[in-house]
Amino acid sequence: MRLRRIHLALFALVAGATSVGLYAAAQPQERVIRVVSKKFTFTPNELRLKKGEPVIIELVASDVFMGFSIPDLKFRGDMIPGKITRMRFVPEKAGKFTVICDVFCGDGHEDMHGLISVVE
Amino acid sequence: MNDGINRRNFLKLAGLGGAVFASGLYPGIGTAADSPMADFFFVQLSDTHWGFEGAPNPDAKLTLKKAVAAVNGLEQQPDFIMFTGDLTHTTDDGQERRRRLAEFREIVAGLKNQNVRFMPGEHDASLDSGAAYKEFFGRTHYTFDHKGVHFIVIDNVSDPAARIGEEQLQWLAADLKQLPRDARIVVFTHRPLFDLYPQWDWATRDGADAVNLLMPFPNVTVFYGHIHQEHHHMTGHIAHHSAKSLIFPLPVAGSQPKRTPLAWNPAEPYKGLGFRRVGAEVKQAKYAIIELPVQKA
Repeated sequence: MRLRRIHLALFALVAGATSVGLYAAAQPQERVIRVVSKKFTFTPNELRLKKGEPVIIELVASDVFMGFSIPDLKFRGDMIPGKITRMRFVPEKAGKFTVICDVFCGDGHEDMHGLISVVE
Repeated sequence: MNDGINRRNFLKLAGLGGAVFASGLYPGIGTAADSPMADFFFVQLSDTHWGFEGAPNPDAKLTLKKAVAAVNGLEQQPDFIMFTGDLTHTTDDGQERRRRLAEFREIVAGLKNQNVRFMPGEHDASLDSGAAYKEFFGRTHYTFDHKGVHFIVIDNVSDPAARIGEEQLQWLAADLKQLPRDARIVVFTHRPLFDLYPQWDWATRDGADAVNLLMPFPNVTVFYGHIHQEHHHMTGHIAHHSAKSLIFPLPVAGSQPKRTPLAWNPAEPYKGLGFRRVGAEVKQAKYAIIELPVQKA
């Protein structure tokens, strides 16, 4: 019974990943970074990236619908409970950029911030 | 403008998109002399956040009531009163949300002028797609006409992702299609329709679509809330004016790392809070905006 539940959970994750529609074929060598949201934090809340180096961002919502947005880099993705959103991301400029949740998620939404540091 | 308004302490007086701004002090504000050419006045109140508790406003249980008293104290009552969203502070508990909406409605029932119109903010509507809000205040987007001005209320908060949505945009397009090009149009929204500062979520994801629909009309002015401070901006010929809050002020966009509220100053309670009176000169499509404090200076 427990094994069946695990299989169902795995199926849900895989189905979610393919249904998001934002999936881009990952190159094997590309680094995968998983970001998990939980009221009202991103974990990790600081990412260090290299300019021009592609990474795969995996977005996972552990409780409610949220959004992962880097307005200065015109990059965003939905964080949907039960699904994994995978997005290929190539930072095109160096600097420190604010990450926000751009889907209103409750009392604490306004405090939900992260940071992306892109180095040359 | 005449001597009556010059005697008051103007913080600024400038033209922008057919608007004139002034900061009014009590007493005597609200007289016809302030905007002698106005065909009518309305009052905009915003972001009352009823139910909020915290250091940014230790007087939160009284601020809305004082604002109601201030509006009632205007020498000349407005034609109508508009609340531009965030009537209540958000809560995950649907029952508590309804309790806050009910208390808010009970307090504003004390307004002398009961021609009051409402719209939701994200704190009222984003967690349940506006379900509780609608039980108390009805539709979240609608239009009404008043003395030659067509008012359009746009809901950009019931979708937690800050979208107006295709269905409402089609409704807007159909409404605008009926109007002559020289129609006097005033839009009320909660969030800015333009990218004021997306880094703090001060934007509407498809706001540009609404602005594009409005752009063929030369006489459009937008009044909104959300950012808890006065702000004036032009998108082409369309002026956008945000209102102060009635709970706590927020910092100027990008002036500090996070959008944390400005601290309450016991020496200057209610500083940065307030509401506004808008005098409409219909023929000229001009609006005289007078910012008013919560209580007398």
